[in-house]
Amino acid sequence: MRYGAVDVLHGVDLTARRGEVVALLGPNGAGKTTTIEILEGFRLPSAGTVRVLGSDPARGDERWRARLGVVLQSWRDHGKWRVRELLAHLGDFYAPYGTDRIPRPWPVDELLETVGLTAHAGSRVSRLSGGQRRRLDVAVGIVGRPELLFLDEPTVGFDPAARREFHELVHRLADLDETTIVLTTHDLAEAEKLADRILILAGGRIIAEGSPDQLARRVAGDAEVRWTRDGERYVHATPDATAFLRDLLREHGDRIGELEVRRASLEDAYLALVHEEETGIRTGRAERVWQQEADR
Amino acid sequence: MNPTTNALRAGLRRGVIELRATFTNGQDLWTYFFPTVVLLIAVFWMRGSTVPGTDFSLGARTLPSALGMGLLFGGLLGLANQLVIDREDGTLLRAKAIPDGMLGYLVGKIVLVSAVALIGVVIQLTPGLFFLDGLRLGDPGAWLTLAWVVPLGLVATLPLGAVIGSLIENPRNMGLVVMPIFGLIALSGIFYPINGLPGWLQGVAQVFPLYWLGLGMRSALLPGDLAAVELGGSWRHLETVGVLGAWAVLGLVLAPVVLRRMARRESGSRVAARRERAMQRVG
Repeated sequence: MRYGAVDVLHGVDLTARRGEVVALLGPNGAGKTTTIEILEGFRLPSAGTVRVLGSDPARGDERWRARLGVVLQSWRDHGKWRVRELLAHLGDFYAPYGTDRIPRPWPVDELLETVGLTAHAGSRVSRLSGGQRRRLDVAVGIVGRPELLFLDEPTVGFDPAARREFHELVHRLADLDETTIVLTTHDLAEAEKLADRILILAGGRIIAEGSPDQLARRVAGDAEVRWTRDGERYVHATPDATAFLRDLLREHGDRIGELEVRRASLEDAYLALVHEEETGIRTGRAERVWQQEADR
Repeated sequence: MNPTTNALRAGLRRGVIELRATFTNGQDLWTYFFPTVVLLIAVFWMRGSTVPGTDFSLGARTLPSALGMGLLFGGLLGLANQLVIDREDGTLLRAKAIPDGMLGYLVGKIVLVSAVALIGVVIQLTPGLFFLDGLRLGDPGAWLTLAWVVPLGLVATLPLGAVIGSLIENPRNMGLVVMPIFGLIALSGIFYPINGLPGWLQGVAQVFPLYWLGLGMRSALLPGDLAAVELGGSWRHLETVGVLGAWAVLGLVLAPVVLRRMARRESGSRVAARRERAMQRVG
């Protein structure tokens, strides 16, 4: 993908299986939204191949579109409509695309219940709070019972309770309805909680990919050992801190003091990355953390 | 059900729902009554004046002309405005994200904008019954003429509105369209006959739909002998159909192309960028 002369995405490889939750994690400007917009068919890539549900999104027809759900970052539309009215109306469009396996659309009352908007069914959309509005956006995204759902920064502006409810909803969609979900977030904790697989994007590149567990283990490999010997400070990075310490103590025994072992957590590594992106100072340190692990 | 038929029906319902919403908020209600207020003020200033060369009230001549102008405002500016606003708040992108959504959206808008324009005509016509003499409102022939002039007027103006609404991205630029239309109003004999203007200006006026919308409405509502003081001394129905029909064809050819191009370029980040700009305007 290219804006003018600047490539904003390079070699992004991404495959999602049915019922899988994939998180695109990265700081602002990493290329998350661009990636998701290409997948939604709202934007054309300058090069490369994209297949979504068996079709090129750029050429996806209405039948293809009916199998997708899209929740974008900011909606302010349909302010004069009432919640139930809007969901029923948008759901109508999906009716001809129902199948025996997937009846469409999702019945409105059930849907309102699912996203927790039953009490606001008669409210005007413009009167909803930020969190309610976002839940409505999600409801609109899933009213057609999508096989593949795109969520762009779905929980921005949620309070912790709303966030937890939303996470339960995502689990429900993925587990019970076998919905494949691709979501973007800049919140590592959210990605860890929701995703089967996390792709970390920075500067338009995927710099790491794996299950939350795999990613954590990868990073945790590199530990930093600090100590003093005869009043002098030492720092050493090692993948096997235990073995290193054993040798260190055997060799120098009592002369070692102020011993400290720090395991880099996934969070440390991610924060370092975000910091680099935001300050614009790319020392490459954060990226090297991921890279080393990939090469090992 | 066939998806296209389904989308057409959903679009129809959409138009009705949005129309209903226009009756429930002050801003939309004001838009309904504003033209009538302007018209009444204009007619008040014209009291005692007559159409040159006749003893017919100038105010009574202005009412049907203004109805024609109302069709242009309602059809062209109405639809253009809706498109610009719906693009800014993401309504259009929402339509794009659902199957056959653009078709449903467009049908809904056409229903809404046409209904609003028709309601506008009725509202403006009503005071005319009480204040103005000489209008042929009791004559079935008048309604028969209205029955083709009004739909033709909408078919001529709506597609142009779709084209303009697709080309303008920033709501503030709507002024670029409104200003020339005000110029055109002066030129098109809405508030005063243009018989006194130089021939070439009359020619310019007759290229655009506004003159013919006014003339068509006058032909419906004014007594037959007033045709004598129009250009060419007749209501020129054939020419009216010709010019308005030509604009309709031009619009209907251009609109799908321009609409499709505009819709294709719509994406979440464009909506977000527009929102950013809107916030700066407010702030």
